[in-house]
Amino acid sequence: MTRNAPHPMPDPLGERRAWMAVLARAGADDIAVLLPAMPAHERLRAPETGLVMVRGRAGGDGAAFNLGEMTVTRCAVRLGDAVGHAYVAGRDKRQAELAALVDAALQDPARRDALMEAVIAPLAARQQAARDAEARRAAATRVEFFTLATMR
Amino acid sequence: MYVAVKGGGRAISAAHAWLDETRRGDTSLPELTVAQVEQQMGLAVDRVMAEGSCHDRFLAALAIKQAKGDLIEAAFLLRAYRTTLVRFGASEPVETSAMRLRRRVSATYKDLPGGQVLGPTFDYTHRLLDFALAAEGEARGEGPQAPAPVGEVPRVTELLAREGLMQREATDDAEPGDLTRQPLAFPAARPVRLQNLARGDEGFLLALGYSTQRGYGSNHPFVGEIRVGHVAVEFTPPELGFAIELGEIAITECQMVNQFKGSRTEPAQFTRGYGLVFGHGERRAMGMALVDRALRAEELGEDIAAPAQDAEFVLYHSDNIEATGFVEHLKLPHYVDFQSELENLRTIRRSAVAAEAARDGMAEAARDGTAEAAE
Repeated sequence: MTRNAPHPMPDPLGERRAWMAVLARAGADDIAVLLPAMPAHERLRAPETGLVMVRGRAGGDGAAFNLGEMTVTRCAVRLGDAVGHAYVAGRDKRQAELAALVDAALQDPARRDALMEAVIAPLAARQQAARDAEARRAAATRVEFFTLATMR
Repeated sequence: MYVAVKGGGRAISAAHAWLDETRRGDTSLPELTVAQVEQQMGLAVDRVMAEGSCHDRFLAALAIKQAKGDLIEAAFLLRAYRTTLVRFGASEPVETSAMRLRRRVSATYKDLPGGQVLGPTFDYTHRLLDFALAAEGEARGEGPQAPAPVGEVPRVTELLAREGLMQREATDDAEPGDLTRQPLAFPAARPVRLQNLARGDEGFLLALGYSTQRGYGSNHPFVGEIRVGHVAVEFTPPELGFAIELGEIAITECQMVNQFKGSRTEPAQFTRGYGLVFGHGERRAMGMALVDRALRAEELGEDIAAPAQDAEFVLYHSDNIEATGFVEHLKLPHYVDFQSELENLRTIRRSAVAAEAARDGMAEAARDGTAEAAE
């Protein structure tokens, strides 16, 4: 088990983790509209919905415990020489397959830059914008205390 | 003698057909969609996900619709559904200190890094029925926004622990017990207790937590911190060998700060009660944290005198799906059981009558005997 790991991984892996994280948060339609025409891929593992047991830690930073499960859909595809994987929260099989396909395509250096720009960057920007908007909503509910001075 | 009973099939299907009709209600009104339940009954969805122990908003909303709003029935449906799915594995423990916060309040410090963020809360509302909500279709304007501060939002418990005033949590990387795989056994380790409480009935947690405040195992709790928001869930697929993010889930965390007088080996310090639940479930997380702390009585050398401190009592009765199963089975046919009870009772009554008759007979005989002797 890694613990509070800052992920000191080599960059290629960090980059792949980052695009997989973006795809896991993107709806199937959102990926599909951005995706350019792709050559046919082979399904190594058809999309399948299952569960992952989510763990927490006692007191937030103590011993691990099983909190409860979440639905997750996985898929694996082959595109050329690359194998793309997806494990995404929820039960959307189309999203899982598209995410695995994009993961495979992004492993091809010849396609990577174009796909990062066409698919990952806009998805990431939209997700960041939603996070920022929520943070601003939360900030508006932040309490500003003031002191009542009594004078005699 | 065992008598097999068949029949009732027609009555059952007619009953279920009527159930479907009552679920739909007045057909001149539009039917509720699952998406509407998911969006507009969000806290009910959160409760069903927590008690059904399965984070999936759509499935929880579907279960609520199917159960006509009976949330325990809905949690039951969700638990039953999850048994049909394969498990891919367990996630890395979620990092709640890195939570994307909608709400964060502390009752122990006014000014603390990250501040008091109220988020979408019922707190400070006047609890007056809002008849404006009865007028449908009114557009609600966008709420206010403010520049979001950047910077850490440290845990209150960590601030205290750095000063040595808060007991550090024991960290061991042992595989935690899993109630979905092994039945509950005693003594139950804290990870198993926390799993049990996280999916326990909200009313039960609330009532037991309340009992500790009223003196049944009191620990003078303070809400160190409540956090509501989203955390990323990381999972390491064996075929990849490195952790990836599956997405984010909604979560509520409560850290209760409790007194501890200290022992021969430990100085007086604060101890934690911990609550962590799926969705936005503050009442549930607070109840869980109070009960978690109460159940640590033995480990902390405190007397076990109150129901909330009794692990067997608490953990065996917290699950509303088990509880409803056992309580509600009483309404199913018990004809044979009852016949035997009835037979038993009649036999007791008959023998009591016979014994009385025999006693009367003997007394009469004795009286007669005395009378005869007197003659």
